Amino acid sequence: MSENTSDLMLSTAHLTMKFGGLTAVSDLNLEIRKNEIVGLIGPNGAGKTTAFNVITGMYYPTEGKVLFKGRNITGLKPHSITALGIARTFQNIRLFKEMSVLENVLVACHMSINTGIFGATLHLPGYRSRESEARRFSMELLEKVGLVHLAYEKGTSLPYGQQRRLEIVRALATKPKILLLDEPAAGMNPQESRELMDFIRKIRDEFDLTIFLIEHHMQVVMGVCEHMYVLDYGVTIAHGDPASIQKNPKVIEAYLGVD
Amino acid sequence: MKATTGKRPFALTRNRLLTIIALAAFAVLAIIANSFFDAFMLRVFNMCAIYIVLALSLNLLNGFTGLFSLGHAGFMAVGAYVCALLTMTPELKEMNYFLVPIVPWLRNITIPFLPAILIAGLASAFVGFLIGAPVLRLRDDYLAIATLGFGEIIRVLITNAQPITNGAQGLKGLPRYATTFSVGVAAGIVTLFMVLLMRSSYGRAMKAVRDDELAAEAMGINVFRVKVTSFTVSSFLAGVGGALLGHMITTIDPKMFTFMLTFNILLIVVLGGIGSISGSVISAIVVTILMEALRFLDEPMNLIFFKTEGLPGLRMVVFSILLMVMVIYRQRGLMGNKEFSWDMLQGLFVKKGRKEGDHV
Repeated sequence: MSENTSDLMLSTAHLTMKFGGLTAVSDLNLEIRKNEIVGLIGPNGAGKTTAFNVITGMYYPTEGKVLFKGRNITGLKPHSITALGIARTFQNIRLFKEMSVLENVLVACHMSINTGIFGATLHLPGYRSRESEARRFSMELLEKVGLVHLAYEKGTSLPYGQQRRLEIVRALATKPKILLLDEPAAGMNPQESRELMDFIRKIRDEFDLTIFLIEHHMQVVMGVCEHMYVLDYGVTIAHGDPASIQKNPKVIEAYLGVD
Repeated sequence: MKATTGKRPFALTRNRLLTIIALAAFAVLAIIANSFFDAFMLRVFNMCAIYIVLALSLNLLNGFTGLFSLGHAGFMAVGAYVCALLTMTPELKEMNYFLVPIVPWLRNITIPFLPAILIAGLASAFVGFLIGAPVLRLRDDYLAIATLGFGEIIRVLITNAQPITNGAQGLKGLPRYATTFSVGVAAGIVTLFMVLLMRSSYGRAMKAVRDDELAAEAMGINVFRVKVTSFTVSSFLAGVGGALLGHMITTIDPKMFTFMLTFNILLIVVLGGIGSISGSVISAIVVTILMEALRFLDEPMNLIFFKTEGLPGLRMVVFSILLMVMVIYRQRGLMGNKEFSWDMLQGLFVKKGRKEGDHV
């Protein structure tokens, strides 16, 4: 563990999130290294999404810290966290419903276009070059994931699987270093899930990413994750490589229940 | 624009040509209007232009940023009063402030209309910024209630700040600077501004905030800043609109800027389509003309079977019915959130033609 702390991407220290009397996440200690694909699994209501929301700044943790590349990012606003290089997708797809596929991706480029309202409205030269650069970059991304032929379709009119993909592309357009995927395989059949996992591995390699993903079904992520954390009622009940997780009696108990 | 839509240069030339022809026709119409229309028709024409400015400024908030604000009349009042106080001559002020004398630092200021209207807009934007910063932490209905409250607060402040605003007496005899030319130019500039803004990255960010705040924030958009910016710009435009209105009517008083004024503008925005620039423009023209054309309803009427005594407000009933019909049959307004385009017009006729063919 101490072999190389410099490639530690994201870590949390004693992260706890309470809502009134309910402890959604308690004492979570994550360690995610560069280029790893790490899974966060657990039954429904285990606190997985809450953990994501705390990491991405949507909630302020009751206790504990979130560290990104050794820097304390606890309490930063979600948009500043995105700017640092943490992008996320949502469990229930949250595309911009009135926008085309391309526009959805372009919104994520707003940050890199970095423009004031007047520069943008008057289409000043600096803005124009960055805007056309953003368009080129977005089209390139869409090309890479095979959505380019749908660029001018409405985002929400795409089939479910492609909407999921579009959400991932949109997150990629913020040029992240680590990508947080909240149940990317939700609602997919085993075949689609497998394809998605291949896709995730592919983008990891292509964009030099670190990936942290939530999954509800253990089997789906077994093949893709190098490392896993298992939550149950907010408590980390196990972590390690997939093989050891599968055999862990506590995990089996959490998933299957025990009389 | 060339880079984005340069794929079909041929179709575009036709559309551009049509746009140029339409603009030219409009300019010619404006010139004809200016020289041949009588005073009443000119006034309706000017009102149309002013309502375009106001409707667009409210649509920027309600339609494009998804902020339901009802405090628009307040910002118009700020614009109207600032502009009036800056353009009135010292003698005129002397005449107006007969109950309580005007504060000395305002008495001798008289500047031309153009800088005055810009300062009026900036003052209104500043007030908008001050109010927006705390209020925009609220959402939906709560935001509507808070902005409504602030709009009323501004009006009450104006009523009571007698040494500055002349209180409930209002200001009379404002110079008639809002000519057909100046309001037309203002409406043109504001429309162009909105079109360019909505086509830009910043406009996209606003629409993203409207569609899904959480997702927008996760995409690195500073949602709060976008909201405050939108509110401030909208206040600026409302201030300009209010100033134009004041200098057209040449009389302003606090009672003008009640919630009813906001309601009228909201009516235009909703009828035209929340989130459509062309919808607001068309609707502003239609509603303003109808407001005047239906004036006969308020007067005594001689229908063959019975005579009415003159029912003030019957006019508004028509608008209420119109609004209801719209809500039932076309919830998203005349244009929805689409923009007018020549292709759309063509599509409309082609579709109709085909339908007729099917019947045969």
